[in-house]
Amino acid sequence: MEPSDIPPPRVEVGVLGWLKKNLFSPWYNALLTIVALVFVVFVVRAVLRWALFSARWEVVTINIKVFMIGRYPASEAWRVIASLGIVLVLAALTWLFRKAKGRPIRRWLVLAWIASFPVIGILLRGFGEDNPFMPRVSAEVWSGLLLTLVLAIVGIVASFPIGVLMALGRRSRLPIIRVLCTIYIETIRGVPLISVLFMSQLMLPLFLPPQIRLATVMRALVGITLFSSAYTAENVRGGLAAVPRGQYEAAQAVGLNKALMMILIVLPQALRNVIPAIVGQFTALFKDTTLVVIVGLLELLGIGKAVTGQKQFIGLHQEVYFFVAVLFFICCYLMSYGSRRLEKKLGVGER
Amino acid sequence: MMSEGIMEHSDTAEQIIQCREVHKWFGTFHVLRGVDLTVRKGEVIVICGPSGSGKSTFIRCINRLEEHQKGTIVVDGIELTNDLRNIHAIQREIGMVFQQFNLFPHLKVIDNVTLAPIWVRRWSKDRAVKIAEQLLERVGIPEQAQKYPGQLSGGQQQRLAIARALAMQPKIMLFDEPTSALDPEMIKEVLDVMVELAKSGMTMIVVTHEMGFAKQVADRIYFFDDGNIVEYNTPEEFFLKPREDRTKKFLSQILTH
Amino acid sequence: MKRTGSQTSRVPFWRDIRVLRWAAQFVFLMVVIALILWAISNYRQRGMIFSYSFLDKEASFDLAEGIEFEPTDSYARAFLVGVLNTIRVAVVGIIFATLLGLFTGIARLSGNWLLSKIATVYIEIIRNTPLLVQLFFLYFAVILKLPQLSAAVILPGPAYLSNRGIVAPWPRLAEAFRLWWPFLLLALGVAIALIIIRRRTQARLGRPSIRAVWVFAAFVLIPLAGWFIVPGRPLWLDIPELIQKSGGVIKVEGGVTLSSEFTALLLGLVIYTGAYIAEVVRAGLQSVAKGQTEAARAQGFTNGQITRLIVLPQALRVIIPPLISQYLNLTKNSSLAIAIGFLDLYAVSQTMLNQSGRVVEVFFMIMGSYLAISLTISLIMNIVNKRMQIVER
Repeated sequence: MEPSDIPPPRVEVGVLGWLKKNLFSPWYNALLTIVALVFVVFVVRAVLRWALFSARWEVVTINIKVFMIGRYPASEAWRVIASLGIVLVLAALTWLFRKAKGRPIRRWLVLAWIASFPVIGILLRGFGEDNPFMPRVSAEVWSGLLLTLVLAIVGIVASFPIGVLMALGRRSRLPIIRVLCTIYIETIRGVPLISVLFMSQLMLPLFLPPQIRLATVMRALVGITLFSSAYTAENVRGGLAAVPRGQYEAAQAVGLNKALMMILIVLPQALRNVIPAIVGQFTALFKDTTLVVIVGLLELLGIGKAVTGQKQFIGLHQEVYFFVAVLFFICCYLMSYGSRRLEKKLGVGER
Repeated sequence: MMSEGIMEHSDTAEQIIQCREVHKWFGTFHVLRGVDLTVRKGEVIVICGPSGSGKSTFIRCINRLEEHQKGTIVVDGIELTNDLRNIHAIQREIGMVFQQFNLFPHLKVIDNVTLAPIWVRRWSKDRAVKIAEQLLERVGIPEQAQKYPGQLSGGQQQRLAIARALAMQPKIMLFDEPTSALDPEMIKEVLDVMVELAKSGMTMIVVTHEMGFAKQVADRIYFFDDGNIVEYNTPEEFFLKPREDRTKKFLSQILTH
Repeated sequence: MKRTGSQTSRVPFWRDIRVLRWAAQFVFLMVVIALILWAISNYRQRGMIFSYSFLDKEASFDLAEGIEFEPTDSYARAFLVGVLNTIRVAVVGIIFATLLGLFTGIARLSGNWLLSKIATVYIEIIRNTPLLVQLFFLYFAVILKLPQLSAAVILPGPAYLSNRGIVAPWPRLAEAFRLWWPFLLLALGVAIALIIIRRRTQARLGRPSIRAVWVFAAFVLIPLAGWFIVPGRPLWLDIPELIQKSGGVIKVEGGVTLSSEFTALLLGLVIYTGAYIAEVVRAGLQSVAKGQTEAARAQGFTNGQITRLIVLPQALRVIIPPLISQYLNLTKNSSLAIAIGFLDLYAVSQTMLNQSGRVVEVFFMIMGSYLAISLTISLIMNIVNKRMQIVER
């Protein structure tokens, strides 16, 4: 018996079929589609009309440098570009050698990344006033996107080890350590970031000896790091809980001491489990850097607000904040995309 | 009640494990009730018994995965106390194979084996890899070296676990129901490795129900019940002439299939 | 290393594992205490003291938002105003964010491609942009750009939308309310009693002896009866009016005023948290395996029953814990009010701090308040969570 070769009814397949199935099939769907379509057209038209015709984009184009590096002296902008160059080169090298099996290359790369921190720090900050080549640009002056990146990257790098230690402490069998870590984590998670920033901004100096004076940026960094470490700690704790007890036992049975067991066996598995959560936390930290506006630092959003206060640009809030939002959106979207790629890559390696 | 041991008079081999009056409680539950056991170098001991009898807990006390609360355990002349140095020394001398394998999933097969020698015994990478390759050959999975444990079958994984334990060149090997989690067709390949290991002179304590294995290589079989040894004997005597009623009952249960 | 027979040797304490455990904790505790003492000594060295006596002093500043407040009122009362403002925006925000999130989450999973795509775009844009940027945009670029009061947008009500915020009609309590509220209480009690009876008979007989309609009726009819029985009206509707004052100044009287700051903050929080709640709802609904709906349909359940009895209970179990943390996030995010001038507890505290100079005391008050609010929300939601488990058994 030959299978029938009659083609299916035309309305079921092709573009028409897809439209029918997805947009119009039950009657209420058709209604919703029409309403939604009207809504979308209305919004898109309004936005486009604003963006293309009545928006004054020169506030962005004229001030682009201010957005990027804030009040960093324009004559020294080459140092910022150099720092960016270092980061890009390292990133390219890391990507090129990602498949390399050789231990020495990976060790050099890790060292290079670690060394890049002080190098870039010195590059941006410079030496004394009278140094002709690299005069001092104190951290107070760093602003704009430059400050956002500095806060975010240093915050992420510093909060991660603290968070891991806190997570281990919270799971410790020693009661005093467990209680203290739990208090720390739960207190910080129960209060807004703004109050932690306030604490580090106003309170921290009161509890340090009168001789020590911390720059505002440093204080903000302390606040951001403390805050983020508590959330990272909770994420890592979840990952630790997912590592089966048998792994601990096998590690002990084969002779590893507690430290080696954690570093070689438990943590690699724990962290692999929670990469999406950790990257999510880092993305949130990146967005949270905007809050330093409230303590007086001018990162990207703060600089934007300052720009709208200038005489010739007064009231151009829509354009400025739209631009800032788009910048953030691009960065955050790239970060979550990277995280999904990372997950896939590490997942493949295991099985 | 313990029957008199029949190996007591032969002192040619040195005693490598001595357990005297070992007690352990889990909370209020008295899981080990005064266990006495002596093992000589090169002996193969099989421990069997119903679940919950404490046999797994007992061997886990020997390498300090569990802590005993009363009695003494001496391994290779070192007493197992709260002394950190003693604990580490003993753990280095004992290898353990688990029912659930407990392989390190994020490391390749070869790295599972070389990890401990490199980090604990501080061997060079080349030396560790060479020994590891020999061990993988010995347990029959040399071609799997670059794979991950998750890609191996159950029998291969357990053989890898044995190789990992052997890499530290232990004096004693403990096996906690090594074949209970395996599909039946893979039990033999693991038992074959264990038989070869026994014949090569390794001191082994094996908790298992595999009586065929026991008959083949065990020097003594111990029957554990209710937190203590009920009786022990050579395999022939144990199966043909069990003395205690509980032993007879247990044997009738496991030997009928 | 000593090789012993079977003698128990004395374990040197520096290698004894039990001693080491306690020593580690002891050292840790000592370090923490030492740090705290050092910090306190630095504090004292700067001439700072620690006392809460300032709370009774006059605030000397005014608060434009919230319950009645005069500059002669105490700091303590100022703080209370702030706390109430925070609670106000948090509670309303939670309600609306949940509604928005529910709707968006379901839309995201709907079969209608356009609807699902719109929901996705909304969620992705909101989640990848900082909340503060959204707040600035809403406040500076939207609300403050609304027309002046004289040219206010008139919404049905009538409600007036201007750059000063929204003024809308609002029910207010009258004298007769004192006689009417017992009816409300009675209605609540009767409704609860009916629900309990309904549950019990359903369990025993298989169908409830009291129809759901009756419960609803009791809830509505009893207060309605009370409304007519009581002399006068218990509630009256305060309708805003635009009034022309001398000098051409337009004012609005009556109704309830939602300041532009409150509106912007509320909108921002609702839109932001709504996107996150949408994802939580989506994950919860997707966690119910498709086989469940198929099996139920095969058994003859209607769509409504499937949703109510099978999908929803299971989805809710998965949804509630992350929902709790989103509510907590919303509450904590309300502190961003200070950036747009809304006088929530954090903003008021900052003013208090500047006026009185009592940094550490105020700091503890801030932390304590947020911790208390967080704990309350967690507790309430945990009770709800537990009930979700019981209802199924």
